[in-house]
Amino acid sequence: MTEKTYKNRSMIQRRLIPSYIFLVIVSFISVFPLYWMVSAATNQSVDVARGKIVFGGYLMENMKRLLELQDVWRALRNSFLYAGVQTIVAIFVCSLAGFGFELYHDKKKDLLFSFLLLAMMIPGVATMIPLFKMMSSMKLLNTVWGFMLPAISTPFLIMMFRQNSRNFPVDIMEAARIDGLSEIQIYFQMYMPVMKATYAAAGVITFMNAWNSYLWPKVVMTDNRAQTMPMLIANLSSGYTIDYGVLMLGVLFCSVPTMIVFFVLQKQFTEGITGAVK
Amino acid sequence: MKKAKSVTAKQQRAGWLFLLPATILILVMSFYPIVQAFITSFKTGSSANMKWAEPIFYNYTRMFADKLFKTSVANTFLYLIVEVPIMLILAILLAQILNNKDIRFRGLFRTMVFLPCATSLVSYSLIFKSLFATQGLINTILQTLHITSENINFLGTPSTAKAVIIIALIWRWTGYNMVFYLAGLQGIEYSVYEAAKIDGANGWKTFWHITVPLLRPTIIMTFIMSINGTLQLFDESVNLTAGGPANSTITMSHYIYNSSFGTGVANFGYASAMSFFVFILVGILAFINLKVGDTRD
Repeated sequence: MTEKTYKNRSMIQRRLIPSYIFLVIVSFISVFPLYWMVSAATNQSVDVARGKIVFGGYLMENMKRLLELQDVWRALRNSFLYAGVQTIVAIFVCSLAGFGFELYHDKKKDLLFSFLLLAMMIPGVATMIPLFKMMSSMKLLNTVWGFMLPAISTPFLIMMFRQNSRNFPVDIMEAARIDGLSEIQIYFQMYMPVMKATYAAAGVITFMNAWNSYLWPKVVMTDNRAQTMPMLIANLSSGYTIDYGVLMLGVLFCSVPTMIVFFVLQKQFTEGITGAVK
Repeated sequence: MKKAKSVTAKQQRAGWLFLLPATILILVMSFYPIVQAFITSFKTGSSANMKWAEPIFYNYTRMFADKLFKTSVANTFLYLIVEVPIMLILAILLAQILNNKDIRFRGLFRTMVFLPCATSLVSYSLIFKSLFATQGLINTILQTLHITSENINFLGTPSTAKAVIIIALIWRWTGYNMVFYLAGLQGIEYSVYEAAKIDGANGWKTFWHITVPLLRPTIIMTFIMSINGTLQLFDESVNLTAGGPANSTITMSHYIYNSSFGTGVANFGYASAMSFFVFILVGILAFINLKVGDTRD
């Protein structure tokens, strides 16, 4: 019996060989450019160009050169500030809305919700000029407000909180009201703790999007001192001669925070991506 | 009875208050600007001193006569038509394989295929720019393998530059879409596959007759997302090829940015007309997709 299942299993594995080959090739292609980025950051530009793909000892030199060229710490600080604040404000505003739309829903609110969903079809490139004028007239260029205001309230996040609120136990809300809790207290004391997992997923995806955003920051951050990490590395490669070691070190700096989020919070990240579609 | 009613009214008011901040923000930050963009698209002049265009459709007639704009539309659609199907088919295939419980190291493979999503769009554009540089690694590999004898200027030739953008897009987004399909496949009972196997269906048959139909809602959603994203392609065009050589790889969003915030004169009216065109396209394509997806057979 056991021998039979064993034989069966090895037969199954043999049949899966093409699948394994496919997976190995795709995985290699997926990982290699990122491995190469890290190795290039430790090598001199000429060696990178010559095709050296093993780690070298030029990391410190590249670092010195990078810090001479660009204020990396300032850009990192900016990116952390903008993305961090945007994440906190966005998940607060959108979860409040998701809470309201699902647990207080009536015909009018459902109608409003469908209307707000239409905003998903409005491309950022179509609104950037009016938004730029708006931020400029409100003196919000080069500020964290200018950075995040257009991105705080998104149909995607509201939908995500709304969908996940379906599992929220409505009975305990009634019990809480009898105990004398106000509606906003129910939100803070009951909804927030129960919805922890959704908050985590929403937070991760918002942080990633905010950190990686490029077009809008490029429009609204007109001052070099306010530039973000993606803007900084884009500037590194705009010259005629590119120092590949320095450039890849900059790219590495820009990628480390999102990589950490990816590896530590991969489950939340995955849930964040697929969050609104259940 | 009367008391209970007033409590619900109070609750309803609280409910409205909860959605107020998000609603106001979407109205002010999305709906109002798109109306503004539409109005601005009928104006000309510098940003500080705009007046109604004469004739009123000036920006639109200019747009349809603008060779560079047409190039940018053609490029965007080329990326869309070539990249999206390849990427989605790859993603479904990967999801199908990784959903098979007999595959070992599933978690590891899944993480590796998904890994490109951890990089920002600017980051991966710069990585691909460096890899495909005239004196970059790809050229070195091709020559070491004696496939080519001299350096190819990938990013300096329009056709290869477009190919590099498409390859880069597939690299960055396949794993992302795979995650949706994996989530969709988890909703499909594994016994369906077992039954198909007993009925003698081979891999391709199960793929086309079970996986694809069952994933249809997910496929339509990823399709809409991909179309939406590709129509707004910007970071790659700017950072991978800088739209070059000679604007031959430029995308619509890139051209709109250049016309409004790039070097030279800011032409908000003209850029708004083009951006409104993108808005219409996104809307039409999403609508078609939803209609196609809605026909139940």
